Amino acid sequence: MDLRYTESEQAFRAELRAWLAATLASVGPPPPHDDWPARRAYDLAWQRTLYDAGYAGVDWPAEGGGRGASPVEQLIFKEECERAGAPYVGVNFVGLLHAGPTIIAEGSPAQRERYLPAILRGEEVWCQGFSEPDAGSDLASLRTRAVRDGDDYVVTGSKIWTSHAEVADFCELLVRTGAEGNKGISWLIMPMSSPGIEIAPLRTIEGTTEFAQLYLNEVRVPVANRVGEENDGWRVTMVTLSFERGTAFVGELLEAKRLLGEVADIATRFGLLTHDRSDLELRIGHLRAAFDALWALTKRNVSEAAQTGVPGIGGSVFKLSFSEHAQALGDLAMEVLGAAALSGDPLERDGRPIGNAEQVHNWFKSINLTIAAGTSQVQRNIVAERILGLPRTR
Amino acid sequence: MDFRVGEAERELAEGIRTMVSGRLPLEIVRTREGEERTVTAEEWAALGETGVFALTLPEPEGTGLGLAEATVVFEELGRALVPGPLVGTFLAATTGLVPAAAEGRAFVGVCEGAGEAGATPWLVEHLSSLDAAFFLPDGGIGDGAGLMATIREASTARRVRAPLDPLTPMWHLSELPAAEPVDDPGRRLFRDGAILTGALQVGHAAACLDLAVAYAKERHQFGKPIGSFQAVKHMCADMLVRAEVARAAVHAAACLADAPDVLAAEAEAAGTTPLASMQRAAAGAKLLADEAAVANARTAIQVHGGMGYTWEVPLHLHLKRSFVLARTFGDKAVLSSAVRSDRNTVAA
Repeated sequence: MDLRYTESEQAFRAELRAWLAATLASVGPPPPHDDWPARRAYDLAWQRTLYDAGYAGVDWPAEGGGRGASPVEQLIFKEECERAGAPYVGVNFVGLLHAGPTIIAEGSPAQRERYLPAILRGEEVWCQGFSEPDAGSDLASLRTRAVRDGDDYVVTGSKIWTSHAEVADFCELLVRTGAEGNKGISWLIMPMSSPGIEIAPLRTIEGTTEFAQLYLNEVRVPVANRVGEENDGWRVTMVTLSFERGTAFVGELLEAKRLLGEVADIATRFGLLTHDRSDLELRIGHLRAAFDALWALTKRNVSEAAQTGVPGIGGSVFKLSFSEHAQALGDLAMEVLGAAALSGDPLERDGRPIGNAEQVHNWFKSINLTIAAGTSQVQRNIVAERILGLPRTR
Repeated sequence: MDFRVGEAERELAEGIRTMVSGRLPLEIVRTREGEERTVTAEEWAALGETGVFALTLPEPEGTGLGLAEATVVFEELGRALVPGPLVGTFLAATTGLVPAAAEGRAFVGVCEGAGEAGATPWLVEHLSSLDAAFFLPDGGIGDGAGLMATIREASTARRVRAPLDPLTPMWHLSELPAAEPVDDPGRRLFRDGAILTGALQVGHAAACLDLAVAYAKERHQFGKPIGSFQAVKHMCADMLVRAEVARAAVHAAACLADAPDVLAAEAEAAGTTPLASMQRAAAGAKLLADEAAVANARTAIQVHGGMGYTWEVPLHLHLKRSFVLARTFGDKAVLSSAVRSDRNTVAA
């Protein structure tokens, strides 16, 4: 085990850091949270900037048009972007992290040609149609039906938790084409301009609208838009989901480290850190140690992925631990803020901003971490059964 | 960068496991529960011969390995509940303060509680075996100078009749013996002490996980293995998470100690000094390892139900040892504060 970066990894970092410093000076602040058309334009413009500099699809293989960087370079990329305050992946998330990698792995040459360059160049936005109102953790029980009619599938059903649906061009869609269970599912590319799609925004507990529910009423999707074989969509999906673990939470982890530092500063300003053995001091120290440890675990998982192609057992372990500690951070922040936690508007104290709004926003976001991308309860089942070998019960 | 546990490191662990199960099997060690000496001079010398105390000393005195390899070895020693002042003897060997320690020809202990000014009690483990002992204020982390005392006889010490860990005999000191200051400019005593104690704790956390999982597979209730119940599964999953996170932290701290260039880069990126970055990593690793060991022992006892509450099942030995270790080289309060030791040097 060794934490030393190779010379080429160090060179990659130095070049990227210099480019970010030079480029970010001319990038404006992001638009308001709920202005989706503006956010689409902003996120796509940043993707185009990355593309022009050769940093688009850093983690995509070269045959998909990406940079084909090693997992360690991907880690460096995310670390440097977070450190420099570069724009987040935003509306490009599904295209870059889910749909694109799936099409690279399982798509036909024509599909790769049609869809991949547009994702990399920041021209088209994707959304995800996987979960359904009655198929969450038990995704394989999904019921949205696709019936063959000539060269089309006719799709009817409903999808939920679809991010950025209102500004998306395409949807990666899981449909039932065969028997019940995971052997009767197909993976389709659905143009969001198709007739029969109704988008109902879904408000989160924070009041924001990044998610939507889709109602699909006899939407015609060409059979040519199927990725992989009919009824083989579950396996195709697993290729996608494996991209969700590993380096997926690097940005969130680095952000959590920064937010914890700000919570400690707020606590100091508010005069709450009065002695070394105080409960607050212990909690701050413990969280800092935990986030440092999770950074070490990230390096371990990335090293594993660099050698074997998959992050090994570390993905679920990371997610379980990170989501728990990120929630502890959110709770700590709300406690430290006191009355300032009751305001989502930025407040000041002694003429200086407190930074309460970002902490409150992060507290809301943290609540989702033990639910999204596999609840912590499902993750624990996976860890217990697949890693520890305890008997399967479902 | 390749931060995986490599092939050579796995072989090293396997070698230590084999050696320990041959020379210090738990059934032999357990016959000494509550006794004044729980590890013999011969066994200590055997550990020394294997190189346990001289791993990081350059050849020919030592094996010339890094602290990272030492954490792999110490994890195995913790897992196997090997008794004795392992970390103190390692430090005495690597600092050269007690040269005989490198071969396991000397026992060197660590005094707990020495950091609290004027506080009693001072408790020293394995005193009647000791040749010398470290007295480290706050586990050696702070500005207070460390001391090393030669232990000649135990006349001023009183043996604790009921030590918390029956395999870690304790003595109560009412006053400090005559001692020499220890020169420790780079705070390496704390660094290596905390990291290796953390490695022992990871071993305890891992052993408890293994015992709990094995029991959950074999113990049947309501006609099924109890490991098929989600309530039990989730406890086991949480144990694995704690052990893996703590292990990554201990390994990362050791790798930083082994690679001054990486440490310097990390400190620069954080706007602090290499010493502060090192203390943060070592303290954080031990904090999480302490927590993982104690929590996993408690959870494993719960998974074992009534059997977990018996003397026969060795889980209480892991629980008690992890408590002892959690009080050397910084307790929770000292470590939590040390994790933030760079806070005065780093800009908000």
